Parts: sequence; structure tokens; C-alpha cells
Amino acid sequence: MAKQLIKGNTAVAEAALRAGLEGYFGYPITPQTELLEHLSARMPELGRPFVQAESELGAINMVYGAACTGKRVMTSSSSPGVSLMMEGLSYIAGTEVPMVLVDVVRGGPGLGNIAPAQGDYNQIVHGGGHGDYHMIVLAPASVQEAVDLTALAFDLAEKYRTITCIMMDGSIGQMMEPAELPPMQPLRTEIPDWAVRGAKNGDKRVLTSINLDPPAQEVMNLRLMKRWQEIEANEVRYKGYFLEDAEYVVVGFGTAGRIALSAVRAAREEGIKIGLLRPITVAPFPIDVLDELTEKVKAFLVVEMNAGQMFEDVRLVVRGRKPVEFFGRMGGVVPFPDEVLTEIHRLVGTPQTTEGSPRDRWLARLAETIG
Amino acid sequence: MTEMICAGFGGQGVLTAGMLLIHAGMKQGNNVIFYPSYGSEMRGGTANCAIKISEKKIASPVIRQADIVFTMNAPAIDKFESILKPGGLLLVNSSLVDENRTYRDDIRVIKAPVTDIAGELGNPRGANIAMIGVLAASTDLFDPEFLLAQINDYFEAKGKKVPANEACFRKGMETAQ
Repeated sequence: MAKQLIKGNTAVAEAALRAGLEGYFGYPITPQTELLEHLSARMPELGRPFVQAESELGAINMVYGAACTGKRVMTSSSSPGVSLMMEGLSYIAGTEVPMVLVDVVRGGPGLGNIAPAQGDYNQIVHGGGHGDYHMIVLAPASVQEAVDLTALAFDLAEKYRTITCIMMDGSIGQMMEPAELPPMQPLRTEIPDWAVRGAKNGDKRVLTSINLDPPAQEVMNLRLMKRWQEIEANEVRYKGYFLEDAEYVVVGFGTAGRIALSAVRAAREEGIKIGLLRPITVAPFPIDVLDELTEKVKAFLVVEMNAGQMFEDVRLVVRGRKPVEFFGRMGGVVPFPDEVLTEIHRLVGTPQTTEGSPRDRWLARLAETIG
Repeated sequence: MTEMICAGFGGQGVLTAGMLLIHAGMKQGNNVIFYPSYGSEMRGGTANCAIKISEKKIASPVIRQADIVFTMNAPAIDKFESILKPGGLLLVNSSLVDENRTYRDDIRVIKAPVTDIAGELGNPRGANIAMIGVLAASTDLFDPEFLLAQINDYFEAKGKKVPANEACFRKGMETAQ
């Protein structure tokens, strides 16, 4: 199929539809609304349920119910709306039913603004809802990648009976790029054996997240954690740029990774041996490749549109063996490539240390810039 | 890579202008990206978009310094003249901007009364198309006939054939030459 110019939000909506989305439940919020808007037209055309719920709480609980029937279901929102969904997400994780969540992240905390940001990393990657659970988290850096990851998100959710989150930021949602959409897939016909669809003439099945017996709950926790270990072993995805001979490596995901790539290319033109590691799955985190790079490189620079959330995961892997510096912009401010290039020059041109707090150093530099 | 801002009042068609340019860019085999200002804009307020057209892959979607700033009103000049690269091109809608206004002396400024042009040609919503004509005549970004054909295709694909657009485009080109 030919490439077409398409907005990120619309592209994800259409890709979900073509991947066999059977039910959508959501609530409008900028910068995500075009996703819901597109499906509000397309789902009824195809005779599939689309519900604009009364709130994000309503939406996520509708998804919960629909997911229990074994249908391919999703919702989407942006940061404050996703916060409202956290209780439902934990219940869904605890019930082990698959779903896809799209979080088009905006500036925060609080109501914040509608500009692109990555401040939801900790909430999405490290929980958010209560209890021990993990979501698979995919972080696209272009409209095409968002399209490609959408079908994958459903497949992974169903394979592991888990939640898959496509975590993108407002700029991926809002910008238009040429992208090739996949062909329309037929709806699934097989019904998962765990699904609750009425027990007429069949065995009684119960799907719930309540488990009042702690030892039994612990068995369930163990099952979830073993499943996560399997996901960590099999589902890591990342993209490396100029890593073969890199002496320095920038780590960034989504739009920050894409902006960092501009800076890395500019630095390469100056002869600096630097590469970029862009995690596509931020959960499971690409631990092995980062560990290998730690042995090879002199120092890392983590670039994010937040105050250093993935930065902590990078440091956990590097474990003080090499310096890890940080650069971020917060609150919906999108960094420019030349800011990242300046940080690269600092990284390469001055002695780096594993001592002290890289975040404190970054905050001191940032305070000089923005007062 | 050409980095460009299109800005004006909401309703003047600056987002459409950006769309038309990246549509044409894509059709001539370039990589393109369109990043709109979004959300809190309203009719009569300001609207803008950033576009990039490049033979190479486009990494960063944001623009620090623009090659071209395509403006449709005075507030757009206030906001974006400063981000032009030295030697960059500023397109000014002289129908709506004070003729005594001064500009940076290290940029190229082309003034065209595109709102008047569109009005006189009976296509008041075609001022953006007239400005695209100005752009076509003052840069080598596109072959003008190719660009015009892409504009027509774009509207036809949406079921909106606007014959007066061609007149606006050609008058814009003529004014710039």
C-alpha cells in the first residue's frame, strides 16, 4: 500500500481498527482526541462497538468488562485521564485479561498543559495502579512506528494476557508524516478458553481480581511475575544507531530519542564517536544491550522530556561502572537538537565522574537557562 | 532540508498551506513532517504549523531556526521573524501589514497583497493559495506547475474542486516576480 500523510493519533486508531479492534471505550482529552474521533466514525461503519463513556473511569471499566469476553479491546487517553484509569488498570492486570491502552502523554503534573511530554514514564512503566503488576510499554518515535506497534500491542497483550500500553507523547499524536497502513485483518474467530461469554451448557468460569486467601493470591502473584520474566526474555525491542564504534552513547525513547538522533548525527559529522540507543519497549527494558554497551563505552547521556525517569532504569543497569549524565526538559517543553548537542559536547569535552548526582548537576545547569 | 513555519489568523488557511506543501513534498519523493500548533487555538486566534521537507530522513520534529517563514498577518511576523536563519525568506501579506514596517536586514522579505488578490479573484479563502504562489516563484522548492497540480489533486481528493485556486496561485507567482 502507498504511503499517506496521516496524523499519529488517527494512524493509531486506523491501525487498531485494521488489527481487528472489536470494541473501543474512551473519553476525549487533548492531545489524544483525534484517536477517539476517528474511531467514533469508523467503528460504527464496521458495526463494531464504540462508546464515548461518561468519564475515564467509566471507559476503563467498560474495557475491563469487554476484555473479559475475550474480545480485542482498547482505550486511549492522555496523562490526567490515564491517572483516572489507574484503579481499573490494576483490576485488569489482577484479572489477567488483555487490553491495549494508548497514553498520549502531555505536560504535567496536575492538569498541566497539552504540550508533548514524557512525564508518565514512572506511572506507566513502574506501576501507577496498586499491587504488583507490569504492563508491556511500547514507545514509538514516529507515526510509522506507532502504526507498526499497534498490531503488535494487541498480539502481545493476548499472548501474555496482559495490558500493553502504547506510550507516545503529544507530538507523535499530533504530527503528520507519511505512513503506510497495514491491510485490514479479519476479526478473530477463535475465543480464548478463559473468556466469560455465558455458561449455557458449559463449565462455570469466574474472572475476578479478588482473592481473599493470601497464599492463593501469592500463587497468582508468582504466576504474574513468571510471566513477566518470560516477557523480559522474549519481548525486548530497541533500535541502535551508530553503536558499532561508539565511545559515548545517548539513551532516549520516543520523541526525545528522535531529537537526540538529530544531535547524534550532528556530533558524528564533527567526528565524535557517539551512538544512540532508543528503547522501543521501555518495559521490558533493554537491559542486555545496555549492559554490553556499558563494557564498551566511556560514558552515557540520557535524554528525556521529564526529570529523569528512565534515567533511573539506565543507572540500575550501568551500576556505577560508567558515568551516566542526564539532560531533560520538563512540563511540555520539547528540547531542540542543539541543546542535546551542547550536552554531548559537555559529555565528550570534560572529564566525567560516577560520583555525585547527575540530576543535581543537570538541575543546576537548567536553572541557569530557565531561571 | 527546508524548515518552514506557516502562521496567521485561524481561518486564513495556514495549516492547509502547510498540508499542501508537505503533500507536494511527499509526492516529489521527499521526506516530510507537519507539526501543528494544537489545542487552544480558536477562530480569529493565531495558528501555526512547522513543516520540514528533506531528501534525507527527518529526525527532530521541532524547528529552532527556519529557512522560510510564511506569514499571513502581522502577529505572525512578530512571533516568527526572529527564528529565521540569516539569509532566510520571510513572506509577508501586505494586505494586512503596515507598509512602513521594518524588518531584519539579514533576511529576504517578499511582500504580496494576497488577501486583496484572493478577494479580487472572487476566492476570498484562496489567500493562502496566492501565498503558496508567491513561495513557488521566490524559491526553488518546487516546480510551480507540479505544485499547482498537487494542490488541485489535494482538493479534488477531498471532493472540493476549486478552479479559482489556480488563478490565485498564478497571480501570487506574478506578484512575486
